[in-house]
Amino acid sequence: MSVLVNKDSKVVVQGITGRAGLFHTRQCREYGTKIVAGVTPGKGGTIIDGIPVFDTVEQAVRETGADVSMIFVPPPGAADAVLEAAAAGVGLAVCITEGIPVRDMVLVKRTLRESSTVMIGPNCPGIITPGECKVGIMPGDIHLKGKIGVVSRSGTLTYEAVKQLTVTGLGQSTCIGIGGDSIIGVNFLDALRLFNEDPETEGVFLIGEIGGGAEEEAAAWIRDNMKKPVAAFIAGRTAPPGKRMGHAGAIISGGKGKAEDKIRTLRECGVAVAPSPAKMGETMVQVMK
Amino acid sequence: MNIHEYQAKEILRSYGIPIPRGRAAFTEAQVERAAREMGGRCVVKAQIYAGGRGKAGGVRLTGCADEALQAAKDLFGRTLVTPQTGPDGLVVRRLLVEEAVEIAREFYLSITLDRQSSRYCMIASAEGGMEIEALAEKSPEKIHIVTIDPLVGLRPYQARKTALALGMTGKLCEECVTLMMNLYRCCLEKDCSLVEINPLVVTGSDWLMAMDAKINFDDNALFRHPEYQEMTDFSQIDPLEITAGEFDLSYIKLKGNIGCMVNGAGLAMATLDMLSEYGGAPANFLDVGGGAAKDRVAAAFKIILGDPDVKGVFVNIFGGIMRCDVIAEGIIAAASEVGCTLPIVVRMDGTLVEEGKRLLQESALNVLFTHDLAEGVENIVRMVQG
Repeated sequence: MSVLVNKDSKVVVQGITGRAGLFHTRQCREYGTKIVAGVTPGKGGTIIDGIPVFDTVEQAVRETGADVSMIFVPPPGAADAVLEAAAAGVGLAVCITEGIPVRDMVLVKRTLRESSTVMIGPNCPGIITPGECKVGIMPGDIHLKGKIGVVSRSGTLTYEAVKQLTVTGLGQSTCIGIGGDSIIGVNFLDALRLFNEDPETEGVFLIGEIGGGAEEEAAAWIRDNMKKPVAAFIAGRTAPPGKRMGHAGAIISGGKGKAEDKIRTLRECGVAVAPSPAKMGETMVQVMK
Repeated sequence: MNIHEYQAKEILRSYGIPIPRGRAAFTEAQVERAAREMGGRCVVKAQIYAGGRGKAGGVRLTGCADEALQAAKDLFGRTLVTPQTGPDGLVVRRLLVEEAVEIAREFYLSITLDRQSSRYCMIASAEGGMEIEALAEKSPEKIHIVTIDPLVGLRPYQARKTALALGMTGKLCEECVTLMMNLYRCCLEKDCSLVEINPLVVTGSDWLMAMDAKINFDDNALFRHPEYQEMTDFSQIDPLEITAGEFDLSYIKLKGNIGCMVNGAGLAMATLDMLSEYGGAPANFLDVGGGAAKDRVAAAFKIILGDPDVKGVFVNIFGGIMRCDVIAEGIIAAASEVGCTLPIVVRMDGTLVEEGKRLLQESALNVLFTHDLAEGVENIVRMVQG
């Protein structure tokens, strides 16, 4: 077991012929992911690296049985790509693309409410079940099959946490990068629910940052429902108010979204918060004792 | 992306939303001429990328053209410090001269993204002129919120209900419905992350009018609006942030003396937190992004060194998609070009890290290499202080 992706997942890559799309398709395949198809409108019928390319996701699903989509389509067409994946009945759409307009994502999010497709991202590193399946841009070799579910709004900070979990020997069951945008698919709550029910996950590490109230919401849910220990780290304690810190969603406005509030709420709800990004693995080890 | 009040009002006017008669002015002569056109009695408003101008003395009511000229002389070049500008404030380079309007009632009206529901929402209140955050804290019951289903859009009945809740009736209420519908159309078509009219007023002669306006554009949607490029007032932005923008780098100037280059926004924030924790003070936030090429890394490094406060540089890169040898080449190129002698601590991990380390150590730079995050932070803080 694991959550959302495993060794049987069949992946179609939307935007496979782009530079990033092709590079990461190769990386994922090397890791062991079953990449069964690619989609690039206008290039249907061609083959790239032995992978058949289709004009539409619908064709790709029909011909190959793909059930997961990894999306590298550039911002102007990215929202359409997610909607297309959903219309084709793909169970999981992982959107890596950074910089999709909010107006587009408002529509996507609304449309997905009436669909069974689960979206991860956008603007995220993707999802990995170590040793089985990598759908995203994270470096595979820092992961170790293990028992900690990781959920994060950040990219490279997640790699940092993953590496520390690997060094401490805890390893990871599945790591989900939920993305740094204001509008995202799978959120902390969804991920926590999945990890709570997953027999292979014995504890969860949550990585949050300034902006919004998702961490506070997660904290309350953990207090009321979580059966497994949770540790966390929140980035941005020293961030100046009103400035967008790289991620579109990472902004403190009107006194809301501050790191110290998130940290306090998490601690009040029984979550161990790592005091420093160098101590993420150590903190997890302590709560697992 | 920010724009000035007068630009926001132009946009609102193009959507049929009434605004006071006014003119943007860049010189004292233009202010005087505009004031004469308004008949002397007018409001001179400083145009800066921040709110709270009134309390900081940036808004003047004048009775004649001479007074307007005096206000212009006083305001042009003045630095306004408001709760939204930060301690350094912003310099006034443009003024808006507007006819003075008799105000009967004031309201608040805005449309912005509600992250909770992932939808746009319209926020309205009969307590105009106040900061909405302050009002939300003090008396949330006075705020009316309509969450808008994107598939259906804002409907007239929803707008009417809101206008009635604000105490508008009859013809005025119907005018407000039209205004709200237009505001929503504006928000979508112009890809705004915020459109705010505060205050929206009813004038002495019973007209609705946007007395003050603020628009923020969604940065992700700028590719759909090439015309926005020309609207930026670069005098309102830190010059280093402008250069960073040209290279598509995310850079924010901070108060300290340790320059930082990090890949990934989350890791960058965490790095700043850690520097502070160890007693250091970061000079900037800088995310070089995921797949940065050599010249982008070089540009990033030059921007960091372009800040005279910087006494040392900390590079924290978790490879992943970025190759460490490329980062190293970029650092060496930029540092050699500007003749940098400052201490540099590089913490790298990930793809081709050994190659990156070798390049840095063989260079003539004053550079210390480490694999460990805590060790790197400790070192740069010590080197800058010593």
